[in-house]
Amino acid sequence: MEALSSLIHGFGVLADPMNILYMFIGIFLGVLIGVLPGLGGANGVAILLPLTFSMSPVSAIIMLSSIYWGALFGGAITSILFNIPGEPWSVATTFDGYPLAQKGRAGEALATAFTGSFFGAFVATLLLTFLAPLIARFALQFGPAEFFAVYLLTFCSFVGMGKESPFKVIAAMMLGFALAAVGLDTVTGQLRMTFGTTELLRGFDFLVAVIGLFGVGEILLTMEEGLAFKGKTAKINLRVVIETWKELPKYWLTAIRGSIVGCWMGITPGGATPASFMSYGLAKRFSKSGHKFGTGEIEGVLAPETAAHAAGTSALLPMLTLGIPGSPTAAVLLGGLLIWGLQPGPLLFVEQKDFVWGLIASIYLGNIAGLIVVLTTVPLFAAILRVPFSIIAPIILVICAVGAYTVHNALLDISVMLVFGVLGYIFKKLGYPLAPLVLALVLGDMAESSFRQAMLLSQGSMAIFWSNWLVGSIVTLALLMLFWPLISLALGKLRTKAPAVPQTE
Amino acid sequence: MELVIAGLFIAVAILVMYDNWRIGARWASDGPQAGYFPFYIGLIMFIASTTTFVLNLLARSDASSNFVDRSQLTQVLQVFMPTVVFVVLIGVLGIYVAAAIFITFFMSWLGKYPIYKIAPIAVLIPLFLFLMFEIWFLVPLPKGPLETALGY
Repeated sequence: MEALSSLIHGFGVLADPMNILYMFIGIFLGVLIGVLPGLGGANGVAILLPLTFSMSPVSAIIMLSSIYWGALFGGAITSILFNIPGEPWSVATTFDGYPLAQKGRAGEALATAFTGSFFGAFVATLLLTFLAPLIARFALQFGPAEFFAVYLLTFCSFVGMGKESPFKVIAAMMLGFALAAVGLDTVTGQLRMTFGTTELLRGFDFLVAVIGLFGVGEILLTMEEGLAFKGKTAKINLRVVIETWKELPKYWLTAIRGSIVGCWMGITPGGATPASFMSYGLAKRFSKSGHKFGTGEIEGVLAPETAAHAAGTSALLPMLTLGIPGSPTAAVLLGGLLIWGLQPGPLLFVEQKDFVWGLIASIYLGNIAGLIVVLTTVPLFAAILRVPFSIIAPIILVICAVGAYTVHNALLDISVMLVFGVLGYIFKKLGYPLAPLVLALVLGDMAESSFRQAMLLSQGSMAIFWSNWLVGSIVTLALLMLFWPLISLALGKLRTKAPAVPQTE
Repeated sequence: MELVIAGLFIAVAILVMYDNWRIGARWASDGPQAGYFPFYIGLIMFIASTTTFVLNLLARSDASSNFVDRSQLTQVLQVFMPTVVFVVLIGVLGIYVAAAIFITFFMSWLGKYPIYKIAPIAVLIPLFLFLMFEIWFLVPLPKGPLETALGY
């Protein structure tokens, strides 16, 4: 078991007490970010990224990924106690979590949510440990055409799996690509779409975009809802936790199903949010007490939380092995890696063993630490939420501005952030998805250069994308995903025409 | 609003296509030109947003453009306008003083808090940011006349 010995080596990297300290700080900040509206995993990590420039890459990535775990845990607190999802992926948790809190069983709901999250993350981490080295070794043989095919698959699956209008998904995605192309062309050195201004030379940094889209946009959206935090109080103590844990093994099937859904959606860039909804839907359909879902079922909390956390964790798998992030937050982490001079992708597993395995080991420890932190600090975070919005909002906006500035030390970036904020607000209102935009902005340059290299190799013939079975099957799969909305529409039509066919789902 | 946004997308797409055609979106002797890839990006964006535009035009009757109602819009603008002023102020006064003013204004105008509750928050938050960025992590943030006067 090569993976196991590498993992043990990774734990050795972690042994530095400073790293453990960073991990706890990260988790704590992450939960805080997850609880506050307007600060989420993606923009929270983006804002804190500049603070880690002075650390060693291992410590920095441990702290940043811990922030991410913390945010995943934290989203559940607001969903259950306040019926306000702190993060998009905890929307499904409100369905049963808040009714439970209303019945005075908030402690149980929270303990379930945290344990479910932990379980989901654990399954995904196991997957990461054993699958990542294999994928990385496989991907070492990839050429530019294969890489472009994988990029294509990533983006096409957004179209196929998203619940938004496919045309809006494509438009948002292309906007991301177009913004990524602004500035100096890396291949020919030509200026593109700068329209004669020097400020646009640098192009648009996706970190600034993330802070604006997710941070400022979210604040504007929250403001519109005229926030009034009226929460339930939770008494969470050891007795409640142990009582809940006694009950949970009953729902092992739901937990495992949630983890599988989550892992799948995390690796293909479906992301944590659809995963949580899908898992909730599946649990509702298959559970014996499915008809009681929505009135406060423990199972209804367990299902989405397990899936969300599994998806959040497994989103790191394609990021580390192929350099393609599975979620906006993973994209920000990828941006961090690039800044520290680490090129994610298959070579990372060969050249930066310490870093990769330190990171994977830190996911195990980080989730254990996260479970401890959230179980002990729920009252504190619930108290923070009672701070009125008119105090929280300006503080968050100030922090966003600081974050946007520190990316490049450029004043213009703060204004750019504001524009992205308005864009994020409008997009959310009209159902344009933000994740493909962000991923296109991050991957735009890489996708373009692999496309152009492939074109150079083939002298401009598209046939290179079907030149061997590997690239051919990926491209075909991608096209299938792209036209999935049409295909499923056609299938649906066929099914209504022949109602005698039993529905197998 | 759907139509406006789809229209804006179309405009951006045309702009992208135009500028990349200008620098060359065809095949040169040494491979694809710089505008090759973005030009097609623009083209796809154009097609996708035109479809959204047309779809919305056709479905206009039932979706009677209820984007935001007036009270919601006021609330959003109540947050947005001060933020714009805040961003302008950062350039003039530096981020710390601007943040203090912004928090004060926000809390008194929207939260209607008395000054003795505002003052500690408005002073302590920028002070904390200052300590964290300038002193612990050595990341310089925009500074204005006040910081210069204090010797930073």
